[in-house]
Amino acid sequence: MRMPRDIIAYLQAAPLMAVLLTFLIAPILMIVVVSFWGATEFSIYPAFQFDNYAFLFGSPVTYKVFFATFKYAFITWGFTLAIGFTVAYFLAFHVRTQMMQTVLFLLCTIPFLTSNIIRMISWIPFLGRNGIANQTLISWGIIDEPLEWLLYSDFSVILAFVHLYTLFMVVPIFNTMVRIDKSFVEAAYDNGASGFQTLWHVIVPLTKPGIMIGSIFVITLVMGDFITVRFMSGSQKANVGRLISNDISLLQYPSAAATAVVLLITVLLVIGILLRFVNIRKEL
Amino acid sequence: MTDGCDLELINLTKKYGDALAVDQINARFDAGKYVCLLGPSGCGKSSTLRMIAGHEAVTGGSVVLDGFDVSHLPPAKRGTAMMFQNYALFPHLTVRDNVAFSLRMKGENKSSRHAIANELLELVDMTALADRLPSQLSGGQQQRVALARALVTKPKVLLLDEPLSALDPFLRIRMRAELKKLQRELGITFIHVTHGQDEALALGDELVVMNNAVIEQSGPAREVWSAPKTEFVARFMGGHNVITLGGTKVALRADDVTFGKTGLAATITSVEYQGNHVALTTRTEAGDEVLALLADTTFFDTPKNPGDAVLLAWDEGRLHRLQA
Repeated sequence: MRMPRDIIAYLQAAPLMAVLLTFLIAPILMIVVVSFWGATEFSIYPAFQFDNYAFLFGSPVTYKVFFATFKYAFITWGFTLAIGFTVAYFLAFHVRTQMMQTVLFLLCTIPFLTSNIIRMISWIPFLGRNGIANQTLISWGIIDEPLEWLLYSDFSVILAFVHLYTLFMVVPIFNTMVRIDKSFVEAAYDNGASGFQTLWHVIVPLTKPGIMIGSIFVITLVMGDFITVRFMSGSQKANVGRLISNDISLLQYPSAAATAVVLLITVLLVIGILLRFVNIRKEL
Repeated sequence: MTDGCDLELINLTKKYGDALAVDQINARFDAGKYVCLLGPSGCGKSSTLRMIAGHEAVTGGSVVLDGFDVSHLPPAKRGTAMMFQNYALFPHLTVRDNVAFSLRMKGENKSSRHAIANELLELVDMTALADRLPSQLSGGQQQRVALARALVTKPKVLLLDEPLSALDPFLRIRMRAELKKLQRELGITFIHVTHGQDEALALGDELVVMNNAVIEQSGPAREVWSAPKTEFVARFMGGHNVITLGGTKVALRADDVTFGKTGLAATITSVEYQGNHVALTTRTEAGDEVLALLADTTFFDTPKNPGDAVLLAWDEGRLHRLQA
């Protein structure tokens, strides 16, 4: 017995489809459904009402927190891009042997074998009021008083973000860069381009897909994060992730779901805008 | 006669660590010549070209162009331009922007650099495709764009690194005719690296045959072909037999070998019909392999078969004594 070809194709795609339906589509649908539910102080009940959204968009806190989320995402993106591009450029163009490239690349990834939380928390004794950074600066005579803004501030939050997520920028950019034919660099040089002109007119355009993939990683990670903001700001700063986690801890699931839906749409919009600039499909 | 733009290599040397890639070569090329650097892979021909271009630092000696030592100048300041083996067209730029790249680097404004680029695209007959990306072009078209891009810098010497090797055999023959025509029109020196002797003979006014980091022989194409100086050149250029006669090695063109009543005794090992002639491989009693190319009419008057004993004859004047 022979089955029609299109049925075979559907069957072959079915296992992946089942996984995605169960673990991606269904939960998201659930969140969307719950976001329209109602809640009292002690219970939640199925409903179809816009109270959660009305409250969310009516509160000035929402706008402040979304603004803070964008601010973290944008500043972190800027730093991770600058550092990530530089590191990838060094690895791809200045390290001669492939052996050394691999060794240095692995060296970059070693800190990532420990957990996010541990790497984050290890900044605390370093940046604290009587931490190593402040003590060193005082002993050098650069400052008289300990710097208060080193820890539990936007500075420490962004520092931790950059530390945690730079590798997500290095990997895709490096991956794109090593595939750039070295003869392009020679051709640019032959045509009279300076080192900087070669970088700007040849290497950056050819690295764009990698930059885009790295940017999507970093932006989605930072926008969805809540634990880094909580730890590194000593609970003094907020982003959307913390808004959601607070609602959950108060068992306000419908309100948390509504915030999550808005955040999801925001992040998708940002990625949509990024993808309009560069066709990353040829990278994948 | 020189009009000043000639290129001279003086004791040019390249070492990679301890490995000698180019060993103190000396050569002089008059302006406006089509020069072919020829040799097997790893003979140092590409390193030589890249040193002339400035993409490889010289270990010793110098490259003198137009009376100036350019050995330590950056590529763009030398008056040379290079066409790369895979053409190295920037994939993110259109054909026109690729050609205009060097002008853009100089800060030329958009309209004037496009005007100049259009002129060169006209020259290589690529005007119609100026707005395409390199990936939308065929190999031959890409090569023309690469030529236009190299010529836009107005070089005195154009360096071509195995420019035809990426093309299929049919296109290769067409593009080599175009290269030769272009060189005649422009009147600038072309230095063309290749490992194919037919390509070198078809294109080169001058040939430079390299082997093991040194120049084996250089000179006009006809001279190199008809009077090889060494066994290597005789074998590499093809069409020659190298025979040991009385303890010395001599070269003899395959089409000068005939079968006579007297001569060197040999046995035919294979017969191959090639259209206008027939190639007969024979083995002498000393063990030398001798190829005889007979006109097809001559062969079919008295056909031979493998295993037949023959006597090889030739005109004494056609023998070339080879340097040891």
